[in-house]
Amino acid sequence: MMLISCPWCGPREEAEFHYGGQAHVSYPEDPSALSDEEWARFLFYRDNPKGPFAERWNHSASCRRWFNVIRDTVTYEILAVYPVGTPKPVIA
Amino acid sequence: MSTQEFRTAQGGRIDRSRPIRFRFDGSDYTGYVGDTLASALLANGVIQTSTSIKFDRPRGIFAAGAEEPNALVQVEAPFPEPMLTATTVELYDGLVACGLGGQGRLSPEPDPARYDSVHVHCDVLVVGAGPAGLAAAAVAAETGARVIVVDERPEPGGSLLGTRETSVLEWATSVADRLRSNPEVKLLTRTTAFGYYDDNFVLAVERRTNHLGAAAPAHRSRERIWRIRARRVILATGAHERPLAFNGNDIPGVMLAGAARTYVNRYGVLPGRRAVVLTTNDSAYEAVFDLLDAGVEIAAVADLRTGGSPVWGPRCAERGVEVLAGYGVADVTGADRVSAVTLAGPDGSRDVAADLLLVSGGWNPVGALYSHAGGRLRFDTDLGSFVPDGCRQAVAVAGAAKGTFGLAGCLAEGAAAGREAVEAAGFTAPADTRLPAADEQPASPTAQVWVLPGDESRQYVDLQRDVTVAEIRRATGAGMRSVEHVKRYTTAGTAHDQGKTSGVLTSGVVAHLLGVDVGELGTTTFRPPYTPVSFAALAGRDRGMLYDPVRVTALHPWHEAAGALFENVGQWKRPWYYPRDGEDMHAAVLRECRAAREGVAMMDASTLGKIDVQGPDAAVLLDRLYTNMMSTLKVGSIRYGVMCRADGMVFDDGTVIRLAEDRFLVTTTTGGAAAVLEWMEDFLQTEWPDLRVHCTSVTEQWATVALVGPRSREVLATLAPTLAVDNASFPFMTWRDTEVAGIPTRVCRISFSGELAYELNVSWWDALALWQAVYDAGQPFGITTYGTETMHVLRAEKGFPIIGQDTDGTVTPQDLGMDWIVSKKKADFVGKRSFARADNHRPDRKQLVGLLPDDGTTLLPEGVHLVAAETVATGALPEPPVPMLGHVTSSYHSAALGRPFALALIRGGRGRIGERVYAPLGDALVPVTITSSVLYDPEGARRDG
Amino acid sequence: MAEQTTVRPTVRRSPLALAADRLADVAAATGGAVSIAEVPFLAQLNLRLDPKGPAADAAGKELGVALPTAAGVAARAGELTIAWLGPDEWLVIGPAGGEGDLEARLRSALGTGHPAVVDVSAQRTVLELSGPRVRDLLAFGCALDLHPRSFSEGACAQTRLAQAQVVLIARESGAFWVLVRSSFASYLADWLIDASVEFTGPQA
Ligand SMILES: [Zn+2]
Repeated sequence: MMLISCPWCGPREEAEFHYGGQAHVSYPEDPSALSDEEWARFLFYRDNPKGPFAERWNHSASCRRWFNVIRDTVTYEILAVYPVGTPKPVIA
Repeated sequence: MSTQEFRTAQGGRIDRSRPIRFRFDGSDYTGYVGDTLASALLANGVIQTSTSIKFDRPRGIFAAGAEEPNALVQVEAPFPEPMLTATTVELYDGLVACGLGGQGRLSPEPDPARYDSVHVHCDVLVVGAGPAGLAAAAVAAETGARVIVVDERPEPGGSLLGTRETSVLEWATSVADRLRSNPEVKLLTRTTAFGYYDDNFVLAVERRTNHLGAAAPAHRSRERIWRIRARRVILATGAHERPLAFNGNDIPGVMLAGAARTYVNRYGVLPGRRAVVLTTNDSAYEAVFDLLDAGVEIAAVADLRTGGSPVWGPRCAERGVEVLAGYGVADVTGADRVSAVTLAGPDGSRDVAADLLLVSGGWNPVGALYSHAGGRLRFDTDLGSFVPDGCRQAVAVAGAAKGTFGLAGCLAEGAAAGREAVEAAGFTAPADTRLPAADEQPASPTAQVWVLPGDESRQYVDLQRDVTVAEIRRATGAGMRSVEHVKRYTTAGTAHDQGKTSGVLTSGVVAHLLGVDVGELGTTTFRPPYTPVSFAALAGRDRGMLYDPVRVTALHPWHEAAGALFENVGQWKRPWYYPRDGEDMHAAVLRECRAAREGVAMMDASTLGKIDVQGPDAAVLLDRLYTNMMSTLKVGSIRYGVMCRADGMVFDDGTVIRLAEDRFLVTTTTGGAAAVLEWMEDFLQTEWPDLRVHCTSVTEQWATVALVGPRSREVLATLAPTLAVDNASFPFMTWRDTEVAGIPTRVCRISFSGELAYELNVSWWDALALWQAVYDAGQPFGITTYGTETMHVLRAEKGFPIIGQDTDGTVTPQDLGMDWIVSKKKADFVGKRSFARADNHRPDRKQLVGLLPDDGTTLLPEGVHLVAAETVATGALPEPPVPMLGHVTSSYHSAALGRPFALALIRGGRGRIGERVYAPLGDALVPVTITSSVLYDPEGARRDG
Repeated sequence: MAEQTTVRPTVRRSPLALAADRLADVAAATGGAVSIAEVPFLAQLNLRLDPKGPAADAAGKELGVALPTAAGVAARAGELTIAWLGPDEWLVIGPAGGEGDLEARLRSALGTGHPAVVDVSAQRTVLELSGPRVRDLLAFGCALDLHPRSFSEGACAQTRLAQAQVVLIARESGAFWVLVRSSFASYLADWLIDASVEFTGPQA
């Protein structure tokens, strides 16, 4: 059971959160301007790295806030927690 | 009744004043309080407990703790429990058990005991209350830190319990007493830490009443899972002695040397009368002297080291114990029990009569939890063992678990670990730590031996799985080089004991056979649980009625009293139908449907999700999330809406009520409430933070009563005399705030049946009063309560889809025949772009249609597939793969149509209306005709009453 | 329709009205170790607004205490409790029957800046738990650290208790409020009663 540090509520058990997939995949400004291929990339293509991965989590059992984390998919270590809309921190 | 003829005259930690009667394999025995089943059996001269699973060979008690590979037992009474080790079952009065050859039997009886789990947080968790663990805990606890100590044994002391170290054991007892009296400390005995997970989360199981037998108090949970979140963890889990592979090493009477020592010292039991000892290291000599002093004859010590033991050799000579340096065991004689041992060495071989063969192949630090935590192990060639080598979690290892086998070293290392942990957790450790003085023998190096010369098919590596050296050679001969592959090929290490004695030996044997370094080969991966945990303990309180939360509406007690049968809808219990005397479901549902279509009926619709959407940009948000336009909705009006995911697939549906310019009430499906709210918040927080909108769940704030049928207006009129209910004053898809039966009510003219209908929304608190008032007022009209089954029939007759039943995440609004709900005017909404994808314009997409079985009587099962007429032109299904057209999503008997009907998703379905297709049901091919999905009142003439 | 045997309610009914007796029995059964009772019909308003905007100040003035901006804090002002639910969300809890008046007062006080006030009085019901073993009882189902060092009077949290989502508020004298959604209330009451059995006999 991972502990995830909600930026608001502090560390809580993983079971209080919902996973939201890869971070920094924005809803396109104008979907109609995209080709079918570009739209399909937005809809279906996601990274699946071994190692640090920027992903979205929602503290669904408590404050209902969405936020981003960088989590190592091998060790499950959470390397950074940062607000939605801010750039991805650089992990050394 | 046996007489415990193998019990020593005195000594041990048993209570000789409290004898216990027990039964094993049909025979009655006595033992003492403090015994395990294994020690009591040994005291009665019983060493064989079972025969092996594969070769049916006799197997005996081999160890004295959780690492036991052989002595599996089934407890029969007081409550049946399979697959326990005799070495860890505490003896209690009335215990009835029998030996098991590897497989147990679950009791068919429900377990009457209680089980629970507790969440607990601490600054320092110490696993193991042996010398190192207690030294650590003593230091940590003094600082005021919250400390938890868990130990699998009934009393603290760890390995000290099996020795004659009385002064250190006294220290241990006093430390334990101090820990128990400290309010910030929990000292949990009979508690096994069995899993170490992310972020210092450790699970432990406490056996709270098992040892009390039938005397266990009913209010106390039998087993408890401790869910421990620790800032720092200290693993002081000790070490397990490991065996060697040699001919006949599985015969009862072959026993780990340290285990024999424990039986003598802790339990006052002689595991045999005349012993031969086989060792690679000095530790077995401690057993030699303890057994000797207890009265066991030591026939010979075979020390595999050519120089023997410089420390212990002379002492043996003093006591007249023969030590054969450079000797090993060539064979063991005996059927059910060791009778002689053949020793072989530089000067030839000889047979020695003995009933016990004690073995020590060295010691394995218990690294299981450390590995669970992500810790690495490395092979220490001086120790001949795998030891901890770094972990990313906040954990330290102390004592034998770290490869420190001397007592003084364990104490010092434990105290240091305790100090370091508690300071890392922010406490100030005391300046000095008083530790008891402990003798420490200088140890000479361990010999690196895994296999002795002999017949590999008689040399056992895993006793519980009956895996021999020969079998491992077969694996390496087949080309396997990884110990993980060998494990899976031979099953070595996969038994109940998970290779506690056999795991490292397997690695050693593989290394020996391949001629590689065991350190490079490594061990197999340790995974939780460390020891078996009962499912009952893992389930805890989450069983029976508490297995999953049951959500109920405010009207639930009324439904129960009315004899409703219930349907599970997600976690909700919803009335399914209300049978009258003697009615089956079919009859009840036909009656309920008729009432709704011809008279008046009522249903509890409170489970629909409800979200208050408030703010100047509320309409903008809804326009972006629904496929249709919501901003044009007038205050006082209601609109049905569909939401899609970005891929264009229908995700939820419901009604939108405009309460004010800047306020809407959105309803969702019963199961979709949480997901829709999360979906809205997702967009508001991440994509459109500029929108001034707030969303709040009000699902339980409101209770909803659906009042349905051509006479519903009359019932409403009697209850709401001030409300103008005529169609012009209160048209379809509008709402009014009023009083119904004196209760503040929001009345919505919504219909999910096609009939004239109202939804009456009141506070949860007022629901019962409103329901009863409607029920009473409806009596003159024959009002009938109905449940979800009737609701489904009514909506399906109208072709209204249920999201999640008639859709499955691959269905667009167009597939449902609902192009009308997809706005052409809005520049964008979630899902719109996907509707332009070519795949969403394929003519063979599955589309929602109606089905009528041609015979007018067959009720198609939901989920049944449909095939085209040409597919079954021969009168039978062709060989697979059979081309399928689609499947039935909903199927009911219709009172209104007087026949069964169904909804189905069919390839190009709307283009096939009128076509006959077939539903294979068993051996039959049922002909059905595709129709429009709207089978009842297609003109919508009934909506206004 | 089977004969109706239930008493016809002419008045409102709280979610745990039918469990009241069983909850009341817990105190006697546990020798006072734990007491459990529903506090029904409390006024509850969900408040959403910008914590840095003027509406926050206005709300503080109207309620008599500043809206807590730190996570996990429940402020008190006379009979009102204002629990932090999120960075822009609070639950205002007041005496039974006060929701209408409170909502009107807040709406008029908050003015512009798109605050949202929603009456959620019936959305959740309130259980009051007290007695010397109340923290131990909650620890059977709550993963938060409830040790007085980390969760003392005035602390609040939204979290899970057993399998239900709750708002937990530490009250005076070691008591706790557990706010649970009305549809989960029966489940949670059953769970609490079951969990309290551990305290009905001699302790190990
Ligand atoms: Zn949070």
